[in-house]
Amino acid sequence: MTSLPSLPTPKKLGLVIDLDVCVGCHACVVNCKEWNTGGYGSALSDQDPYGADVSGAWLNRVHTFEVVPDGGEVVGEAGEARIVHFPKSCLHCEDAPCVTVCPTGASYKRAEDGIVLVDEEKCIGCGLCAWSCPYGAREMDLAAGVMKKCTLCIDRIYNETFEEADRQPACVRTCPANARHFGDLADPHSAVSIMVAERGGMDLMPEQGTRPVNKYLPPRKRKPLADSAQSLPSAENTDEAKGFFAWLDGMLDRI
Amino acid sequence: MHPAFSIIIFTTLSGLGYGLAAVLGLGLLDPAALATKLAHVLALLLVASGLLSSTLHLGNKQRAWRALSQWRSSWLSREGVMAIVAFVPLAWSAWLAVVESRYSPLPGLIGTALCLVTVYCTAMIYASLKAVQAWHTRLTPLCYLLFAGAGGFTLASFFAFAAQDRTVIIPLLAIFFILAAWSAKSRWRARMQAMVPLSTPESATGLGHIGRVRLLERPHVTENYLTHEMGFRIARKHAEKLWRLAVLAGGIVPAILLALLVLAGASGTFAALVAVVAVLFHYAGMFIERWLFFAEARHAVMNYYGG
Repeated sequence: MTSLPSLPTPKKLGLVIDLDVCVGCHACVVNCKEWNTGGYGSALSDQDPYGADVSGAWLNRVHTFEVVPDGGEVVGEAGEARIVHFPKSCLHCEDAPCVTVCPTGASYKRAEDGIVLVDEEKCIGCGLCAWSCPYGAREMDLAAGVMKKCTLCIDRIYNETFEEADRQPACVRTCPANARHFGDLADPHSAVSIMVAERGGMDLMPEQGTRPVNKYLPPRKRKPLADSAQSLPSAENTDEAKGFFAWLDGMLDRI
Repeated sequence: MHPAFSIIIFTTLSGLGYGLAAVLGLGLLDPAALATKLAHVLALLLVASGLLSSTLHLGNKQRAWRALSQWRSSWLSREGVMAIVAFVPLAWSAWLAVVESRYSPLPGLIGTALCLVTVYCTAMIYASLKAVQAWHTRLTPLCYLLFAGAGGFTLASFFAFAAQDRTVIIPLLAIFFILAAWSAKSRWRARMQAMVPLSTPESATGLGHIGRVRLLERPHVTENYLTHEMGFRIARKHAEKLWRLAVLAGGIVPAILLALLVLAGASGTFAALVAVVAVLFHYAGMFIERWLFFAEARHAVMNYYGG
């Protein structure tokens, strides 16, 4: 059934991604592919994998943006321009347009925890859900002819044969910078909800009316480079020299 | 958006087929004439071939029947259901005309109504997508419906002339729908060109409070499903040229040809031949129009891909 759950889901499982911390290493991208090509549903195929025109289905991708404030020019040269690495996977929206457009009932949002999934046994590969998603969260698997998307590693997070620490999505578990966090965003006392409240976590494209569950933490305000440069001790300044160095400083001044 | 050949063929052929079937359902053509019988068969063939070609792009065609299940929420599912429901009165009307040489308003008018509903559902598949702002307007279903009427009446003019019918009303309605469709489409296109983008790289990344956002690096160097499907771009000068060609072939030429036939009071074989030329021009124009419908529409996801 591709109608959305009629009531708000009691849990809203999702990710919080810290744009201040992400270093753009793509470890989450690779571990996502590695886990999910052997996990839920069909394998994530690649086309022409060893050729010049390689492409394939990925559920998580890292884009890199340059943000230039007014008056800023090129990164590193002027103004406060900065580079932001931007991981993007399914946002498990509360008003997920990809669910309601599905003609077969393959695309659905779980009433218990809000995870948006594709039942690959029902998917006909029409691609309309990918068209309806403003975030580009869904990619067709061209070998299997079915739509693939982030499952929030549903085969990890509820897997009781795993150690507690491993019951997290692969991208979160592998992030070496701790830029990705997983939790229940419906619970105001969860670590992710507190993080969102403290850091001003935001929705992507709120104007699309999709009400994403995943939140992004904006980069922290950066201290201008020039300010840091002024506080460095100057090599010419010997006022703070003590003891032997003060004596040496005085002697050298005299000769 | 990538203009997939199968979808362009589907929407243009089925639009023409449903248009013709809707006109036939009004009972304006002589049901005893051979040309009218052929028109019924052609309408069913156009609709069926359009629907079949729409399954060509599916990843798993063998499960296409499942697409009939979600009519409560999905316009694509509704379209599939309505297409099948519409087949019943259309086949009934075709049987009456072909075998019994008569017209019955009951299946005829129900068929006309269901044809319009089906075309509306097709258009709503696109119009319901908020992520493609150019399509997300009530003008989209209006254009689809008017174009179906234009194609239907133009094609029906040919069959009326071929049946030695001295009709004036059918070609006049064709001219009316051609003019109405292209003026609606002009408004559609003016809206697209004037609209302020709903989503921008700034809103897509949430980084607008820092400054202007520009893509520095794509997630990987080659194309992917998203850029292939949603990232189609067309040079502006070509779009403008193609638009003029579409209006000329799909609107001006067939309207003038039909107007000349009406003014000359023509009918019979010569008039039918001229009407065929009008139909071919109209279809060529529709093909370009539909190609532009996809090629010119920008998807919100391109905010993440610098397109």
